[in-house]
Amino acid sequence: MADLSVNFCGVTFKNPLVLASGILGITASSWRNVVRNGAGGITTKSLWLNEHQGHPNPVIIANDHYMLNAVGVPDAGVKKAEEEISLFLKKRGASKPPLIANIIAGSVRDYGVIAEEIGRMKPDILEVNISCPNVESEFGTPFACVAGDAARVTKEVKKALKKVAPKLPVTVKLSPNVENIVEIAKAVVDAGADGLTVMNTVGPGMAINIESRTPILANRVGGLSGPSLKPLAVKFIYSIRQALPEIPIIGTGGVLTGEDAIEMMMAGATLVGIGTGVYYRGVEVFGLAAAEMNAWCTANKVKKLSSLIGTVK
Amino acid sequence: MTTFTFDYPHRAEPGQFINVWLPGVNERPMSIAFDDGKAYTISVAAVGEFTKLLGKKKVGDMLGIRGPYGQVFTWKPKQRIAMLAGGYGVAPLYFAASRALKDGCKIDFFHGARSKDHLLFAQHVPKLKNTRYLPATDDGSAGFHGYNVQAWQEELSKGVAYDLVMTCGPEVMMKVVSDRAFEYGIDAQISVERYMKCGFGVCGNCTVDDLGITTCQKGTVMPNETVRKIKEFGKYHRDAVGRKHLY
Repeated sequence: MADLSVNFCGVTFKNPLVLASGILGITASSWRNVVRNGAGGITTKSLWLNEHQGHPNPVIIANDHYMLNAVGVPDAGVKKAEEEISLFLKKRGASKPPLIANIIAGSVRDYGVIAEEIGRMKPDILEVNISCPNVESEFGTPFACVAGDAARVTKEVKKALKKVAPKLPVTVKLSPNVENIVEIAKAVVDAGADGLTVMNTVGPGMAINIESRTPILANRVGGLSGPSLKPLAVKFIYSIRQALPEIPIIGTGGVLTGEDAIEMMMAGATLVGIGTGVYYRGVEVFGLAAAEMNAWCTANKVKKLSSLIGTVK
Repeated sequence: MTTFTFDYPHRAEPGQFINVWLPGVNERPMSIAFDDGKAYTISVAAVGEFTKLLGKKKVGDMLGIRGPYGQVFTWKPKQRIAMLAGGYGVAPLYFAASRALKDGCKIDFFHGARSKDHLLFAQHVPKLKNTRYLPATDDGSAGFHGYNVQAWQEELSKGVAYDLVMTCGPEVMMKVVSDRAFEYGIDAQISVERYMKCGFGVCGNCTVDDLGITTCQKGTVMPNETVRKIKEFGKYHRDAVGRKHLY
């Protein structure tokens, strides 16, 4: 058995596979179910300060080639977050699978407020979602698309955490829908980010039902994900790793198998998020991919999986 | 209530659902009320904006359909089955009954409603062969005066031995069925309904505490052994933003 454990900003994961934000992940019991199915850790669905309604249905369409989603980040607000996070932390068991709390807001100021609220709940890592392409109609261009905006949010979050959780690692989730992702990554790291999550969904894209001549998603457009986006994610992770070799990365984008995850780690990811993979292989994808990573390591005489991180130069 | 028949095969089994899409309006999960391999039907009660608009659709109008999704009711040949239907839950159980009868099963159909007028499908169910139709109404206007679970309890007390019980309807009713079936050691299959969005186990809106499984994929029909582990069953459910609502 190879050692699959990794360390991200001082937090140990039994394997690098984490539930990506936005898939499943609304309740403590759902997070535990993902852990039971083999995940090294989980990321919550994006948490808002106040209740936020998602979009009407259809919110997700999927096929063999891609998934397109505009769920619209529904959430009940911090009171529910507190209930679910405390329940998870209390009942997560001796192996202590880490919890990455993902936060979202509509303004720089609100990012600070929600970071402080969630920081108090003692998650293991805070992930800042500044790159959702599905709420543009409400909030405009995502903060992740402008280096200055991305840096401002990061600074505000770090400032807010100083009071309540100064040691809580912060990873900022970047958008692939930018001219120069490395420039944004540098701006965010300069502003104090401890890690980076690369990447959110692509687009937004649109699918039209030609019989009714209507966009299928109620939001008309939605974030694109799925296996064909993996090369894009791998390239972004690789570029950022080359520019910022000290910054740990959570790689997400089209990972379905253990081999996919290893590829992403070689590009520079420490943790690997799986989201859309749940559609293609069920919630069992985490255990299956972990077993595949172990088999690959054994066959290739790799004793420590973490030794592969960033090995492709 | 309006029944729509789609004249093409969907190969849906009893207990499964489809997502019905009204372009530009919304999309909702709906139980398959019947599927004979050539055509399938859904029955729609106009209770909200979506179902009111859907109810106005006419022959030749277009709807989006995806599915079928979810687990199915299952039985073994020649079983004695109790079916407990409440409200709109009668449709999938009628479908299950019509299929189980082909396998030589014998059915007691406990059909519960507020009053005689609320016994949906009451014109169809009594026509099934090898089926005892046992309606129960809260006001006593038809059949047993009281709840269908009480009518079923009377049969159990008389010593009627069931191999299997299936139930679909209001959760408070199904919770009683779950408890009684457990006490009597009868296998039970229960249709657990939660607020659904995607229908294929990804969005996570329909997960249940404490198991954390999605009801769209692992349900809606679940064996009682699973339902007994769902601590929220009969107590609360969650809305579109994940907030709990007590029953």
